Amino acid sequence: MHKYASPKFFYSLAGQLIPWIAALTAVLLLAGLYLGLFVAPADYQQGESYRIMFIHVPAAWMSMFIYMLMAGAGAVALVWNIKLAEIFANSCAPIGASFTFLALATGSLWGKPMWGTWWAWDARLTSELILFFLYIGYMALQASIDDPRRAARAAAILALVGVVNIPVIHFSVEWWNTLHQPASVSKIGTPSIHPSMLAPLLLMAFAFTIYFVVVALLRMRNEILERERHTTWVADMLESTKP
Amino acid sequence: MNWTEFFAMGGYSQYVWGSYGLAALILILNLYLPLRRRKTVRRLLREFLRLKEQTR
Repeated sequence: MHKYASPKFFYSLAGQLIPWIAALTAVLLLAGLYLGLFVAPADYQQGESYRIMFIHVPAAWMSMFIYMLMAGAGAVALVWNIKLAEIFANSCAPIGASFTFLALATGSLWGKPMWGTWWAWDARLTSELILFFLYIGYMALQASIDDPRRAARAAAILALVGVVNIPVIHFSVEWWNTLHQPASVSKIGTPSIHPSMLAPLLLMAFAFTIYFVVVALLRMRNEILERERHTTWVADMLESTKP
Repeated sequence: MNWTEFFAMGGYSQYVWGSYGLAALILILNLYLPLRRRKTVRRLLREFLRLKEQTR
């Protein structure tokens, strides 16, 4: 276990894994786009506009999933003082923020033709916007403290407090009478979505998930290099890979 | 398959392609930024190690 948590080992392992996961991401993304744009039929109520769902829903899932990972890693870093968990949590924040932005923007682009408005202060939309601000707050707080360990600790506490927002986002369409439509996929047992539309949705969601792994590993490697700059392994590695 | 019809997206082209375009932009940026950062970090660290070598 300790071997895997050592920054040096992780750095080289991540470097070996990245090309393979990236290739798989490209394949799944292309398959999802093909099924979503060419194979899935038009929706009987929303016509072609519903194809925004294949971006919007996976982006929204990622926005919450990444937040949970970030807060979880923050908790691990706080309790066990594991440097790699801090680095992972820090890497999550900008990626999560960008998926949250994508969910909000594509929701707006879908809302305009379907609801007649770009934005409404509806519970689902507002709580997702709060999620965006939580990510921004995490990054701002982390960047404002010079010592990386103290910065990570403060940011982790913020992330953990913000976790209360996640169930609010998830259940907002059930708790309040929202403009946003309720979930079609997660209804237990009988998802009210046709397999020809469910397949590209799940493919895109899986593609986004492993895409996240790739870009998180890229960011983690950068932060490992910066934090380990005083070690001999970084010096040796830079020496052996001269441009 | 009719391409004109495909790009028209039943009259929702700006919304559908706007969403897909934005997604593409965000996926590309999230790859580009850490890769560019990697170059910068490696350059700065080489500089840092060179200076450390000199002052020893």
